[in-house]
Amino acid sequence: MKVAFIINGEEKSVEADENSPLLWAIRDGLNLKGTKFGCGKAACGACTIHVDGNAVRSCSFPLKMAKGKSITTIEGLAENNTLHPVLQAWKEEIVPQCGYCQPGFMMATAALLDKIPNPSDEDIDKNIINICRCGTYYRMRKAIHRAAAIKSQSSIK
Amino acid sequence: MKNSTIKFVLPIVFIVSITIGFSNLENKKKLNTASEASINLNEPFDIVMEVLTHKRCVNCHPAGDTPLQGEDSHLHNFGIVRGEDDHGLAGYTCNTCHQDENNIYSGVPGAPEWAVAPREMVWEGKTRIEIAQQMMDPKRNGGRSPKEIERHLTEHELVLWAWDPGVDAEGIEREKPPIPKDQYIAAVKEWIENGAIIPNE
Repeated sequence: MKVAFIINGEEKSVEADENSPLLWAIRDGLNLKGTKFGCGKAACGACTIHVDGNAVRSCSFPLKMAKGKSITTIEGLAENNTLHPVLQAWKEEIVPQCGYCQPGFMMATAALLDKIPNPSDEDIDKNIINICRCGTYYRMRKAIHRAAAIKSQSSIK
Repeated sequence: MKNSTIKFVLPIVFIVSITIGFSNLENKKKLNTASEASINLNEPFDIVMEVLTHKRCVNCHPAGDTPLQGEDSHLHNFGIVRGEDDHGLAGYTCNTCHQDENNIYSGVPGAPEWAVAPREMVWEGKTRIEIAQQMMDPKRNGGRSPKEIERHLTEHELVLWAWDPGVDAEGIEREKPPIPKDQYIAAVKEWIENGAIIPNE
């Protein structure tokens, strides 16, 4: 089945089994390798992307449901050469260690800040439930607060 | 952040889980006692309640703010909570993982309008009679008339998902309610058509 959608602002289509995970279409069909495979059970969050502005686990999202939707991956989080506030904060706080899970965290954070622009620690704990095996949670918490501050003054919302 | 949280939260979750586990045992015991005493599977009411008290239904009618999951009805992993609209939290909704249908790759179940039942529709820990009473009470059933309840119970895709629950992450089929779907639907219609009489009311 050929499925067309908008990804990172561009119209694209992928031909594959309609029930196969959107994650594979993104990584293998479109060669966008920033979105990671983690657990394959929608548990760890490494594959988090945005579908119509909402955080979604792409390992558990069938390709057919992406038809006509607007998808954003980590590659599309920046606009032109301007870093998204989340990317900027992650860089400033030197968050990643091995880095594998970080795209998923950043996408989850970007979605959270769209809904809750200035999240409390409790908001962060409850809404960002991805898993980082390096244990960078402490730096991520700082980065999320930093991203909220940057975003409040940024042209990229 | 999470490391320190986990250190404190895990023991609490463990204790709470044990407590809830024991309370569930007590509830099951209560339900089982009632079942042994009065269930008659020739009666539409009993047929309906055999389904509504099954884990496929009760898991999403939890007593607290966290849905249950699995064959053992454990608290939903990841600290999931109902949120203000029963569809999860702002940045992490039910639809972050659950879509409109079961996912055979991830084992994540899905159906349209996947959500936790509102607080006033708690079924966990209640008897069949208590569940029926609150289900037919417009103040506690979302203002539904008996006919609307009938439609909800017999036509809503999320309810009927119970007979197509898919497989879990290990590929193991989830348990279905003990009554065939057609028999359940016929029993709901007969029970409501005859006045939705609740025994011992």
